[in-house]
Amino acid sequence: MHRDGDRYRTFSRRSIVLFGGKVVLLSGLVGRMYYLQVIEAEKYKTLADENRISLKLLAPKRGRILDRFGRPMAVNQQNYRVLLIPENTKDIAHTLAQLGKVIPVDDHDLVRVKREIKRRRRFLPIILRENMKWNDVARIEVNTAEIPGIVIDVGETRFYPDGDHAASVLGYVSGVSEKDLTGDPLLELPGFRIGKAGMEKVHDLALRGKSGTSQVEVNAFGRQIRELERREGLPGAETWLTIDMELQKFVATRLGNEAASAVVMDVHTGEVLSLVSTPSFDPNIFNRGLSRSEWKELASNPRTPLNNKAIAGQYAPGSTFKMVVALAALEKGIVTPKTRHFCSGEIELGDSTFHCWKKRGHGSMDLVSAITQSCDVYFYEIAKRTGIDRISAMARRLGLGQILDIELSGERKGLMPTRAWKKKVKRVSWQQGETLLAGIGQGFILTTPLQLAVMTSRLVNGGKAVKPHLTRHVVPFDAVEPPLPVYPEFASIGIHPPHLDLVKKAMAAVPNSPYGTAYRSRIKEAGFKFGGKTGTVQVRRISKAEREVGVKKNKDLEWRERDHALFVGYAPVQAPRYAVSVVVEHGGGGSSTAAPIAKDILLEVQRRDPSRGQSAGRSQDQAKKPSSKSAKKG
Amino acid sequence: MALSPFGQSDMSIGQRLWQINWSFVLLISVTASVGFGMLYSAANGNLDPWASRQMIRFGAGVGLMLVVAVIDIHVWLRYAYAIYALSLALLVVVEFSGSIGMGAQRWIDLGVFTIQPSEIMKVSIILLLARYFYASRMEDVGRISHILMPLILMAVPAILVMRQPDLGTTILMVATGIAMLFLVGVRIWVFVAGALATIAAVIPLWQFVLLDYQKKRLLTFIDPEKDPLGAGYHILQSKIALGSGGLFGKGFLEGSQSHLSFLPEKQTDFIFTMLAEEFGLVGGLVLIGLYMLLLIYAFAISLRCRSQFGRLMGMGVSTSFFLNIFVNIAMVMGVVPVVGMPLPLISYGGTAMLTLMFSFGLLLNVYVHRDVQIGPGAADGN
Repeated sequence: MHRDGDRYRTFSRRSIVLFGGKVVLLSGLVGRMYYLQVIEAEKYKTLADENRISLKLLAPKRGRILDRFGRPMAVNQQNYRVLLIPENTKDIAHTLAQLGKVIPVDDHDLVRVKREIKRRRRFLPIILRENMKWNDVARIEVNTAEIPGIVIDVGETRFYPDGDHAASVLGYVSGVSEKDLTGDPLLELPGFRIGKAGMEKVHDLALRGKSGTSQVEVNAFGRQIRELERREGLPGAETWLTIDMELQKFVATRLGNEAASAVVMDVHTGEVLSLVSTPSFDPNIFNRGLSRSEWKELASNPRTPLNNKAIAGQYAPGSTFKMVVALAALEKGIVTPKTRHFCSGEIELGDSTFHCWKKRGHGSMDLVSAITQSCDVYFYEIAKRTGIDRISAMARRLGLGQILDIELSGERKGLMPTRAWKKKVKRVSWQQGETLLAGIGQGFILTTPLQLAVMTSRLVNGGKAVKPHLTRHVVPFDAVEPPLPVYPEFASIGIHPPHLDLVKKAMAAVPNSPYGTAYRSRIKEAGFKFGGKTGTVQVRRISKAEREVGVKKNKDLEWRERDHALFVGYAPVQAPRYAVSVVVEHGGGGSSTAAPIAKDILLEVQRRDPSRGQSAGRSQDQAKKPSSKSAKKG
Repeated sequence: MALSPFGQSDMSIGQRLWQINWSFVLLISVTASVGFGMLYSAANGNLDPWASRQMIRFGAGVGLMLVVAVIDIHVWLRYAYAIYALSLALLVVVEFSGSIGMGAQRWIDLGVFTIQPSEIMKVSIILLLARYFYASRMEDVGRISHILMPLILMAVPAILVMRQPDLGTTILMVATGIAMLFLVGVRIWVFVAGALATIAAVIPLWQFVLLDYQKKRLLTFIDPEKDPLGAGYHILQSKIALGSGGLFGKGFLEGSQSHLSFLPEKQTDFIFTMLAEEFGLVGGLVLIGLYMLLLIYAFAISLRCRSQFGRLMGMGVSTSFFLNIFVNIAMVMGVVPVVGMPLPLISYGGTAMLTLMFSFGLLLNVYVHRDVQIGPGAADGN
């Protein structure tokens, strides 16, 4: 017992020490737990939430663009995309190689992906392919296990149902480039599109809407388990344009493949019903992304599809300028309605000869018949007496030679020369011969089709300084009803009304008098008759030698050397409501090429007028109202 | 009365069953039930695949424990060396032909089930040392020659287990053995000398033998947070889970870290983390409290026992149990390196559960035979 007692005492003592040690160690663990779970709890709670919650931006639905009747011009369409999330794959080349077994993938993709990884955050997906066909999507879905980092998603993409018909107005959307980045994370969303041209660009911020957010619970592998909270963004505003899409299509089709442009506008309100530039481009391909060859083709086409000729094409107005000269001369008192000049077919100035388009001459002309028959000699005469500075000043009052602030970017100013301008820019004095040329709208003078349409409007709307516009209203997505458009009262441009009536009378005769240059294009239906003015602009110099053997006919010339064909018109003649300008580059003659087009357009726009068929004898006020009613209809 | 040290107890089976400390059995069952709950949660609220199987194993374990408890303590004394020899043989078998599982050679596939000899060895070492020292006098243990043999017998399986490699079990076996040497009365200076010798061996090893990458791996092993995306990832996630549990936890089945797979091995090594995430500090303290109670029972049973064999066995079992708990919890809290050690009674695992219940059986056996005197002491008693 004694010996056992000895070792029992040792055992007891030492086991108490051992047990004590265990208690101390366990207490240490409890202390550690307290530290982690109480003192540091907040920090770890944040970390746990960071682990599990991933915040995603939800791209808002881009607002639609509608025409004046609510017909969609730009909409959103489903789009299957293949995305690559760089942080979900260790080897991007491997992923692409695996993907290449299902859909074609080339080295460019690898280069592009690597470049994008550098500028985006690694957890943001990169788009590999868009607008996938359904069977390709299905094949990728089946193989996702072997293709790490690949995700398929359904997004929305912009779609322009009428393709190239309205590209000159709508512009297009396309991917965000580096210079567009503003720090707004929305712009960093893969596949996000912003307006790059046209109305898409003008109203981009309103169309874009506000991004939403989605809090997603993800597991350690990044797989989404559930959505915790979703804050929907606000869809972009719907933008109603003044364009009548049916008319726009009609005009575009009518212009066909010519390098041409046409503008149709309401002479009172300034609403542009149609603004066409042909040939055009399909804005859908900009959204999709152009290939190098597609871009080359567009950029090198001699008929310049990328140039919006209606606002950026600058042409000498030719004979369509004669109304301006006439008004300037009337205002100065150089001519009266009775003033006559004899046209022998040419006029001498110094040692130069200025020819009338009619070689034999028009004979004795007064102001109205000179416009109706487009006598050049008459206008050489009155331009010479009026002087270039007065002509230019009148042109400016009518809207030429200036930016008209139609919302689209790229609008050109044209050119209305003055003596001072020539001295300053060309450093030479103005020559009187140049005034003569200006009298028939040639020489230095440059105008755009839009300016010509505005000029025509101001001539026939009672001399009001109407300005063109394209936006009817921008309607926030939650608005109950689009507001009625408000039209500004335009100031008078201060032209003596009898002068305007005289010019109008002459213009009415152009297609309606058997002597008029556009008689062949007259509208025969009562109540639809139109007025206007032809213009033919020479783009090459006709030498004396050529004149002697006979001026070459347009059809015998190279396309590039043919005359530009112009027409400005309005309808209906009794109570003008619509103005049109048509310019066909190298189209031949104004009366042979441009006038028939203008006639068709003016007939169509009148037929489409929703107020037609209502009570006859409309006043101007009544003419305005139907357009606002039609907005509700859409 | 029995004169042989390998004599017999005079209690009948029924008396022995009556003698079993049933409140201890109840405590074990309560603790194991906590484990069932956590395994249910680990399977996202399913009994399959873990909780149901664990219950069956626990049931089998309780049976095994009771059988072990009622077997005459003399039988354990008599066969202690044989059990050790058998365990060692199994380890050798694993060394040479064990199937590869979990990247380490740990298992023997017996067709019906697999056994893990290293787990069995944990208990065998306790039996071995209790057997070796049951009759040693204080003068004996004071001699180095007397403790040389048990050191060798500990070192052989330790080296084999280390080679598997299973560092956790190795450390646990060696530490348990050292604690038992301490309990039998080996002089303190021997431990001090042993510690110094270990340090003296490690320094030249570090300086001259280990290559740079090996050192780096060792350092990362010791402080995984140096490598938060690699080795440290699991520990960091475990700490996030623990810390985010806070005082009261996120609620049963609501642990985001556990259920969203941020937590590795949540049904085995990291099950404590899940408990603490879902039930917070309070839940963790309840489990540690249960463990503490079990340790107090084991301590009391050992002290109360009148035979040195029983005392050593009891303290051996409780020390091994404690080390298991401590290393696991300290590991998931980032206090000690991750060595791969399950949490006793809670973690999913067959062999670990059965060997643990076997060792609890030995503890109960000690309780049942608390008044039985064995060996020289027994002679003294008469």
